[in-house]
Amino acid sequence: MPKIGKTGLSRRRVLKAGVAMVAGTAAMPAYLRAQGAPLKIGILQPVTGALAFDGAQGQIGAVAAIKAINDKGGIKSLGGAKLEMVFGDARSTPEGGTAEVERMAADGVVAIVGGFASPICLAATQAASRYDLGYIVDVGVSDQIVSRGLTNTFRFAPGFGIVTKSALDNLVTLNDAAGKPAKTVVLVHEDGLFGSGLAKLMQAELPKRGFEILDTIAHPTPARDMSNVALQIRSKNPDLIIPSSYYGEFVLLARTMQQQKIKPKGVFCVLNGAASNYRFVKEFPEAAQNVMDCNHWYDPRNAVAQALKKEVEASGKFFTYNVALNYSGVLLLADAIERAASADRKAIVAALASSTFAGHIMPYGPTQFVSGQNTGAAPVNTQVQDKDIKVIFPASFADAKPVFPVPA
Amino acid sequence: MTSPDILAAAVLNGLMSGAVYALIAVGLTLVYGVLHIINFAHGAILSAAMFAAYLAFQAGIDPYAAMVPLALIFFGLGYGLQRLMIGPASHDDDQNILLITLGLSIVIENLLLAVFNSDTRTVDVAYGFSTLDLGFTFLAVPRAIAFGVSCLVAVLLWILLAHTDTGKAIRAVAKEKLGASLAGIDVAHIYAVTFGLGATCLAIAACLLLPTYYVHPRVGNAYVLVAFTIVVLGGMGSIPGAIAGGLFVGVVESVSGLVFGESLGQLGIFIIFILVLLVRPTGLFGAKA
Repeated sequence: MPKIGKTGLSRRRVLKAGVAMVAGTAAMPAYLRAQGAPLKIGILQPVTGALAFDGAQGQIGAVAAIKAINDKGGIKSLGGAKLEMVFGDARSTPEGGTAEVERMAADGVVAIVGGFASPICLAATQAASRYDLGYIVDVGVSDQIVSRGLTNTFRFAPGFGIVTKSALDNLVTLNDAAGKPAKTVVLVHEDGLFGSGLAKLMQAELPKRGFEILDTIAHPTPARDMSNVALQIRSKNPDLIIPSSYYGEFVLLARTMQQQKIKPKGVFCVLNGAASNYRFVKEFPEAAQNVMDCNHWYDPRNAVAQALKKEVEASGKFFTYNVALNYSGVLLLADAIERAASADRKAIVAALASSTFAGHIMPYGPTQFVSGQNTGAAPVNTQVQDKDIKVIFPASFADAKPVFPVPA
Repeated sequence: MTSPDILAAAVLNGLMSGAVYALIAVGLTLVYGVLHIINFAHGAILSAAMFAAYLAFQAGIDPYAAMVPLALIFFGLGYGLQRLMIGPASHDDDQNILLITLGLSIVIENLLLAVFNSDTRTVDVAYGFSTLDLGFTFLAVPRAIAFGVSCLVAVLLWILLAHTDTGKAIRAVAKEKLGASLAGIDVAHIYAVTFGLGATCLAIAACLLLPTYYVHPRVGNAYVLVAFTIVVLGGMGSIPGAIAGGLFVGVVESVSGLVFGESLGQLGIFIIFILVLLVRPTGLFGAKA
């Protein structure tokens, strides 16, 4: 058997070839720069801790959008520069989010998308503003996020104020169209920033619209048991139940209500964690049937959204609104970078501020930011009908008629 | 605002929840009583057991049918964990055990997260929504079963501890480790058996919880804090204390949830907790040290 040395592949030659290859790779970026060096964008999501499910969903959307942009030739005004994701795990806490923003800034990202929960978004946007980093909030609904005068902060999706106003308008339209069968309401809400804020708004607004609030029931997250909540609902016997909770708790509530045979004329959720989630619909079709929700939702008629939904579902994941919002958020950022024709952070922030982007997959129309809030953004009203989630309001995006009052 | 009907239903609910709390607390208190350590991995093992029951369900085995096999498997796992890892790594220092179980909980939780993601999963069993009509309320059948099985397990555990050689050895080691080993009891073996029994309690609790609850990698934490409270309330290491404490905490939580609002339901527990510690520092059933 010939020795390796005698075949001409001596150790030294192999080493030389290796060195040459490494040198070649190292020299590549300089050559690529002519075509546009990769642009780093920060994707911040809580993928561990209590909010990990939502964070992972958001990540799916961001990754899909980056891939879509790169497949189409990257940022053309920067010579086809590809987007490169710098991912940060916010660990479901504001501190975690802040730490990751600091790391991303040091890593040289040009802007950040994500955050999910309001407390994380509040902290992360503030940290990003110290580095003039543009920040697109994906979900965080607290209106405080866009009312602090931070010029780097942009929320693409609707906030609390817009969502509750639409929810109330839709509820009145729904009730009037059915001949006003619902007069009394019980509010059920989780006791954090999100649920309590929403309940307070509802308490102020519902009586003005002719509804009587019989009770407001707060519950903790996580809750081990919703039997007491169900008991109180049953004793009040309201026409309508308006719950604002995260996924696990609402599923428990819906199941317990089914066990306790509580059948109101309608369950009208606002920004609910479960009612717009295909998992809930698939696993508990009976408990989910006819539940309505005013929430973020993709445009059901948009071809890109439909294709993305198929792709996500084919990979065994659920197509939640987080996917669509982060997908759209990254597209919005790419459009701003394209128009800024620069990797300069301030130029990108300026381009975001003047955005009229309409190529997203949400039912919004063109983007227009007024002090950081996209005024084109609006929620839709969905209803679970026959194991599917249908849009019932606004009429221009609806793909089903509402079922209300729910047949006993 | 609270009619007697609702109050009765809330007490009933509390008893149902409390029985499962008690079962989880029994596992914790047993390990404390014998090994004199707080097992920080208790919650993570509960999560793991719930995922095991979930996988069994995916494989077509009903959670109740999976109870006995899973109990045996988790006994084996618990035994192995103590015998092969926690015991040898502790080098007879209690502080080490504390840190090892804490580390273990982080490892288990993150393994579950890596394997199952953080999705909230539920199972839909045919009897999931069946109820007993008691007139003033509907009692969910799975919760009634959970109550019954928890009580049965408590009785079996009591028989084991009071009337078998292993039980006597466990009690001997709990009381006086050195004396027990001089009398020919294999202390390392008894430690491992106890840890295994603790894991068994969790496996059973997991099978009882799954039909009405959901599972995700951090689900155990929701139960373990309350289990710690019960263990201290009932008296560290006392099994009757854990059972009585569990039922008591379940009822207090349920009723105070009704009176103060669900968010403050825990308030009742901790007020009583503080009062008990003030008046009876050893807990309700704790032996005087």
